[in-house]
Amino acid sequence: MAAVTLKNISKTYDKGKVKAVNDISFEVEQGELFGLIGPDGAGKTSIFRILTTVLLADKGEATVGGLDVVKEYRAIRNKVGYMPGRFSLYQDLTVVENLEFFATIFKTTIRENYDLIKDIYEQIEPFKNRPAGKLSGGMKQKLALCCALIHKPEVLFLDEPTTGVDVVSRKEFWEMLKRLKKQGISMLVSTPYMDEASLCDRIALIQNGSIMSLDTPQKIIDGFPTQLYAAKSKDMYRLLKDFRSDPAVETCYAFGEWLHLTTRDDKNGNGVIDRLATQYQAEDFESMMIKPSIEDSFIRLMQEKQKTETIEQ
Amino acid sequence: MNPKAIVCKDLTKKFGDFKAVDHISFDVEQGEIFGFLGANGAGKTTAMRMLCGLSFPSSGSATVAGFDVFRQQEKIKASIGYMSQKFSLYENLTVSENIQFYGGVYGLSRSEIKQRGEEMVSTLGLKNEAKKLVGELPLGWKQKLAFSVAIFHRPKIVFLDEPTGGVDPITRRQFWDLIYEAASTGITVFVTTHYMDEAEYCKRISVMVDGRVEALDTPANLKKEYNTHSMDEVFYQLARRAQRTAD
Amino acid sequence: MKYFINWHVAPKEPQINMKQLFAFIRKEFYHVFRDKRTLLILFGLPVVQIVLFGFALSSEVKNIGISIFDNAHDNNSEQIINRIKTSSYFLLKDPVISYNEIEERFKEGSIKCAVIFPANFSNDLSHFGKAEIQIITDGSDPNTATILVNYLSAIISSYQSQLKPAQGISYQIIPQVRQLYNVEQNGSLNFIPGVIALIFMIVSTALTSVSIVKEKELGTMEILLVSPLKPIMVLIAKAVPYLVLSIINFIIILALSVYLLDVHIKGSLALIFFESIIFIITCLSLGLLISNVTNNQQTAMLISMMGMMLPTILFTGFMFPIENMPVIFQIISHIIPSSYYYIIIKAVMLKGLGFSYVWKETLILTGMAVFLLTIALKNFKIRLT
Repeated sequence: MAAVTLKNISKTYDKGKVKAVNDISFEVEQGELFGLIGPDGAGKTSIFRILTTVLLADKGEATVGGLDVVKEYRAIRNKVGYMPGRFSLYQDLTVVENLEFFATIFKTTIRENYDLIKDIYEQIEPFKNRPAGKLSGGMKQKLALCCALIHKPEVLFLDEPTTGVDVVSRKEFWEMLKRLKKQGISMLVSTPYMDEASLCDRIALIQNGSIMSLDTPQKIIDGFPTQLYAAKSKDMYRLLKDFRSDPAVETCYAFGEWLHLTTRDDKNGNGVIDRLATQYQAEDFESMMIKPSIEDSFIRLMQEKQKTETIEQ
Repeated sequence: MNPKAIVCKDLTKKFGDFKAVDHISFDVEQGEIFGFLGANGAGKTTAMRMLCGLSFPSSGSATVAGFDVFRQQEKIKASIGYMSQKFSLYENLTVSENIQFYGGVYGLSRSEIKQRGEEMVSTLGLKNEAKKLVGELPLGWKQKLAFSVAIFHRPKIVFLDEPTGGVDPITRRQFWDLIYEAASTGITVFVTTHYMDEAEYCKRISVMVDGRVEALDTPANLKKEYNTHSMDEVFYQLARRAQRTAD
Repeated sequence: MKYFINWHVAPKEPQINMKQLFAFIRKEFYHVFRDKRTLLILFGLPVVQIVLFGFALSSEVKNIGISIFDNAHDNNSEQIINRIKTSSYFLLKDPVISYNEIEERFKEGSIKCAVIFPANFSNDLSHFGKAEIQIITDGSDPNTATILVNYLSAIISSYQSQLKPAQGISYQIIPQVRQLYNVEQNGSLNFIPGVIALIFMIVSTALTSVSIVKEKELGTMEILLVSPLKPIMVLIAKAVPYLVLSIINFIIILALSVYLLDVHIKGSLALIFFESIIFIITCLSLGLLISNVTNNQQTAMLISMMGMMLPTILFTGFMFPIENMPVIFQIISHIIPSSYYYIIIKAVMLKGLGFSYVWKETLILTGMAVFLLTIALKNFKIRLT
């Protein structure tokens, strides 16, 4: 039995003007760490709210732990853990008070499932009597995670748990998630950060309410249709403009230190690039073939989507 | 006349005993794209507020666009642009109304506002949306529009506080195209970000840890110094050392 | 030198100020006209106020229930009774035939005033040149009582001046005034029940609704929903602190009234408490109901204040007599819970009456409490909208 299933789920707001979720279907397996990767406005939060039963979809069906999100919502609410987008704990209660409150409303105690949250809680324990509102972003996320886990849920829903949190805390957070996976909890996590995608078992790349691709990170990368190249030179901005303006270049995007580009003539990519470098007199030019990252795939898929959408119009 | 866009020496901000910003010193050249990085709670926002003329330093000195941050705060505000992720434009005003408002606030003439406004709207591809409420625009367009409005009055320096948070990867890059364009016309860009690949687009970056500037150099030099190929690693190594865990 | 170096770089100062000002003012207009709530207050409030204060409310007294105990049954008493009947100040009810009946009607609240003609009224007038008329007023409403006495005195003295003197002696009809329920002539009696009702409205209704809506705004409600908590538990948990606070407030007000304002509590304290708790529950239910219709703290506060407190102040009857108002406002007065509470509290606290006199109002109040509570529970949103 899959932990989470969605079939043809759609949701619009504002009397149909805003199509937040557009006919989405996928499944999360038992014990899987599944990532929903996409920017703001992609529909991630709406999907989470539909699955945690606090929002009704306009169309489609969904189940969590085998239970229907509409008809059996009460049972679902007893056995899932949920960390919604913003920090949603009580700012004026202390760390301990928050934990005890959530333990009690889930009819358990901190002690009962302590081993589950132990690793995480130990990091915030020195601040246990501090009001939650006075914690740093990273600490708040850890506390919210503890409160979501306190009753040993079957499925954990984490909506953008690492947004707005510093780099170090983000890394630590994903380490914690990996450890939780070993306990057999199924997890659905959303994030706008593409680099976090590789830490999931499977991911769905989502944009404007639709899923562009769903698979393991590796398979998505493998599915990149052409060879990808990296190039750099002394004046990056000029290089970007020059290459983009050339018809031999199919796509060209800045990726930090390098440009990532694809050529129209896929078979002789290296040759094309060398020619371009000479043609535009790029100083200190370097180039190499590279394997794409999730972000490369995301951009590619977005472009293809935009192409089909313009054709349809 | 001082050719540097920003100069600060031992700039400090204390809240009681707590040193939010602890004797930072650096300068930024005219027309440079300068990355101002740091973890949450490191003191970035406090430092930026001092440089924007929004708060008085406790000690030290700084000039922004040649104006002193202690005595010429109003002149600083008139010479800079500002944009942050949290607030940029008024959601219940249309695109045109926002442009007219900010143009008016910065003292542009009616004809200037009209002409530059039309230019901006067509460059961004928002001609059909000019009469729409900003709140109805997708996030990516909002951010690009906000940046354009921030430099509408051709300021010497523009301060950007995490301008690309949560935005899709293509829009993010289009945003940086706009930043490059602006820098090529001579505007100094002072930007903070959590995306380490964006740090690479900057000429130089500084990293704040616990209120102090712990690194200040070009991305290439920093990577050499920390013996790594990615800015991610550089940042991670620096941020790990932080003592401060509270906001 | 430094001064001049920066001179040329300085922005154009005077022009900016006017342009800035206009740009800002124009923006503010946009905001105002696009914010429905602000518009409601801007235009709705003056209209409501003019209508209310122009038409409905006046502290003038009219149509006050009055009964006559006529022992004289002669020409003089009939004349005076006629004048009372035709006066718009009074609504003449059936005549009474005993003091007990007067007291009963006062207790019921059907009359606020009684006039008693002695058996020898005309006799005394013609033989002694002066006679007495007894006037009894309801002291639990001292302001009205005073006004009524003035009206009656005016009627009586105008009749008196019309009587033809037999031997050049002018006639004197002397009103003997007695106030029931307020021998101490305590002027503050009037508003204490009203203030109590108001405090309950504020604490129980407004604060309860804001507290629930705050959870929705902060996002913590989302987590509460995705938990085994039953909705009724959320509502009870939200309401209980304000129930306790209201009771404490009530005790403080009572204590202050007794010790500071010299109010004598005539009736049973236990009954007062019992009735108050029913009213508090009604107010809490209203608060819960309001929290169901909005996700915005400001709106919740606005609805509680404008929608609840204002009608309470205006239509409960402690500031403006209800008898005076156009029918539509009298209907409103009959719908709001605080009117019934006010009647009950006045009866028990100030008139010292027992449950038998207020059972009707108590029943209505209890019915309202149950009704509102049920709707609030049914309407509680188990999902986000």
